[in-house]
Amino acid sequence: MVHRCAAFIFLLLSAPLGGPARAAAPPDTVVMGKGIDDIVSLDPAEVYEVSGAEVVGNVYDRLVEDDPRDATQIRAGLATAWSVDSSGRVFTFRLRRDARFATGAPVTAGDAAFSLQRAVALDKAPALVLRQLGLTKDNVAARVRAADEGTLVIETSRVMASSLVYFCLTAPVASIVERGVALAHEQEGDLGNGWLAGHSAGSGPYRLRLWRPAERYVLDANLDYWGGAPANRHVFVRHIKEAATQRLMLLRGDIDYARDLDKDQLDAIAGNPAIRFDRGVQSLVTYLALNQRNPYLRRPEVIAAIKHLIDYDGIAHAILGGTRIVHEAFEPQGYLGAIDDLPFRYDPERAKALLASAGLAEGFAVTIDVRNASPWTEMAQALQSGFAEAGITLTIVPGDGKQVLTKYRARHHDIFLGEWGTDYPDPHSNAEAFALNEDNSDAARKKTPAWRNAWSDPAMNAQVAAAMAERDVGRRAALYRALQRAHQQTAPFAFMFQLVETAAHPATVDGFLIGAGPAENRYAGIAKH
Amino acid sequence: MPASPSIERGAMAALRLAASVLLTLFGLLLATFLIARVVPIDPVLAVVGDRASADTYQRVRVELGLDQPLYVQFWRYVVLVLHGDFGRSVLTRNPVVEDIARFLPATVELATAATLIGVALGIPAGVLAAARQGRWADHAIRLVGLVGYSVPVFWLGLMALLLFYAELGWAAGPGRLDIFYEDTVAPVTGLILVDSAIAGNWAVLRSALAHLVLPAGVLGYFSLAYISRMTRSLMLEQLGQEYIVTARAKGLSERRVLWRHALGNTLVPLVTVVALSYASLLEGSVLTETVFAWPGIGSYITGSLLNIDMNAVLGGTLVVGVLFISLNLLSDLLYRWLDPRTR
Repeated sequence: MVHRCAAFIFLLLSAPLGGPARAAAPPDTVVMGKGIDDIVSLDPAEVYEVSGAEVVGNVYDRLVEDDPRDATQIRAGLATAWSVDSSGRVFTFRLRRDARFATGAPVTAGDAAFSLQRAVALDKAPALVLRQLGLTKDNVAARVRAADEGTLVIETSRVMASSLVYFCLTAPVASIVERGVALAHEQEGDLGNGWLAGHSAGSGPYRLRLWRPAERYVLDANLDYWGGAPANRHVFVRHIKEAATQRLMLLRGDIDYARDLDKDQLDAIAGNPAIRFDRGVQSLVTYLALNQRNPYLRRPEVIAAIKHLIDYDGIAHAILGGTRIVHEAFEPQGYLGAIDDLPFRYDPERAKALLASAGLAEGFAVTIDVRNASPWTEMAQALQSGFAEAGITLTIVPGDGKQVLTKYRARHHDIFLGEWGTDYPDPHSNAEAFALNEDNSDAARKKTPAWRNAWSDPAMNAQVAAAMAERDVGRRAALYRALQRAHQQTAPFAFMFQLVETAAHPATVDGFLIGAGPAENRYAGIAKH
Repeated sequence: MPASPSIERGAMAALRLAASVLLTLFGLLLATFLIARVVPIDPVLAVVGDRASADTYQRVRVELGLDQPLYVQFWRYVVLVLHGDFGRSVLTRNPVVEDIARFLPATVELATAATLIGVALGIPAGVLAAARQGRWADHAIRLVGLVGYSVPVFWLGLMALLLFYAELGWAAGPGRLDIFYEDTVAPVTGLILVDSAIAGNWAVLRSALAHLVLPAGVLGYFSLAYISRMTRSLMLEQLGQEYIVTARAKGLSERRVLWRHALGNTLVPLVTVVALSYASLLEGSVLTETVFAWPGIGSYITGSLLNIDMNAVLGGTLVVGVLFISLNLLSDLLYRWLDPRTR
């Protein structure tokens, strides 16, 4: 005891003077710095947050996957072949025989059926993706079934585009869970939800070793992964919220990837020859929403004028740096049916003429609700300045993220500045959000952005339904392109930017794959040289 | 046999003190509960997310008890708290009590180290400034104190990281430990310095110390600024007293006058100063925790608040409030012990 006390005191006095004691990262271990306090669960049936989706994407497999390099393409996952019958409602998936869970048990159609049934039965937030296919608690057992050990059958409630069904099955909620493990940890009929929130039972390239909320998660490589063992053995992701801290840790070599660098931090290391950047355009779109309950914002000329009062390029360059690109349609770049038309440019004179034609040459006053965080407040200030050019007085109402969202969902805003990510990598996800509103009443069950802005266009509702049901992929893409071009002209939404996910890393590390969404980000290729 | 008047007085004082503490705690409970319920934010959103169906939304609202009148919600909450149950955190899914037991020791470790630095440097600096009033040493110490008071802790933390961690490499980086040492020592107290010493794991202890130096130094600087200014002020008051003139007239050395007589008499109010400084570090180190990725109670409460995790906010606030009240109580008791006139 005396010896320990002496050692303790000696270290207490000597450690700060002797410099830091550093445990260097082994070459087979990757360390990332990232804000991960959004994770509330790592159960695929419950994951709905950006960081959680990334973990699930690396730990679990799905029947089919969207190609991380081309989100319009479906590729094999646990299923090696898939087809739809002539009715357009019955989908059959043949599972690969060499896939095994981290426990060593083979992946069967029974596991796949259980996983989809479980997600619908638990009815957590992401279950809406599977409900899209007409699966409900009452019918899911009959409509999702294992025909045999290696064949899964899914029957949808109505005819819908097969690409929509496949893309829905690429979402994290459709991840395949090992039935035996989940049920072994079931408590009070939760189908293992409580246990899977912090553990894994997947067949993906990694298994979850540890998750400490708002601290870190650790993944260990699944060396027997059917797709080949990952290039690294362990991935540590440490919760570091502050971008400047991430940059310093990257420069000191304490992390291999800095995941949340903002414009200032990126500018600061842009010329550093020892640092490289991985970039990928992701599905998050930034938009302005104009509440149609406001009598000014309801006028078509005002909607058009506002779209000409946004300095898209100026904001992208001066405020957002390389973190977002200009994008003016609701489908994210890279998605089926996406368009890259940029019909609106900052043009105050044209906006003034439009306002004059609406009898509002003197302008008017409205408010904008925005999160009180960077870069949202800076963007709102830039919009305020642009709107003033045409006489529109824009009062910024900053608030906490959830506070702004509460007001938005209650339709109490004038203008809302925010962003939206797709629920699954199919064009219907955002088409439903921004163009479909079949019940504009306060008691509506679906509170999509279109509803939140009290905007309903019967013609557009019909277009969304037609595109959803179109079974030919080429024609379906054309329908979404036409839908977006009409939407750009009339809808009370001004789409402005799309997220560019940027990961900074040393030149000696590479292989991180940034996909079209967080669930498509892949760690398995990361290697140190 | 009737109790003596002094025992009766003592019992009455203890009763008054207990009533005062209980009333304060109840007020704290009520205030935090009401604030949490009247903020214009929907707590159901934190659970179901932005896009849940109307059915899911309604189910969770009922599960959270938000369909009940406010007084029913409060009564249920009080009953749970009295049973030591703060509910379950939405974000971490753990019982809030467990979360607090995990996050609070990190803050205690940081605040204690910072206070030790503040006391060890702040009191001598304050004494020196008072003894050299109006001379360059006094100006220099006051300037250091002024800077400590004026500079945002967030900025100072980043600058300290930039200089001592990124540029010079003298200190370890953010976090409590190098990541590969995490979970290598079984938690006993939650204080890594203590737990690693108990386990005899000196490599972990060394890593923990190296990580603690910078954030404790930054927070300690703020503590130092406050304590040195207060010490200077209290010392100046004492140095103007007649007993100091008498001591000097009797030929006592200046060192003895300063450190024994004048400082001895400022120690009583200084106890309150140090206790308040310590309490403010316990509740107010959130920015330092953010910059240094320090998983403490401040970050936990702030993160919970931003995500409308109300059980966590209420539980965390209540525990910090209890700590604050306890420290005040402790300083009062010390005050009475040190100064017989207050008994």
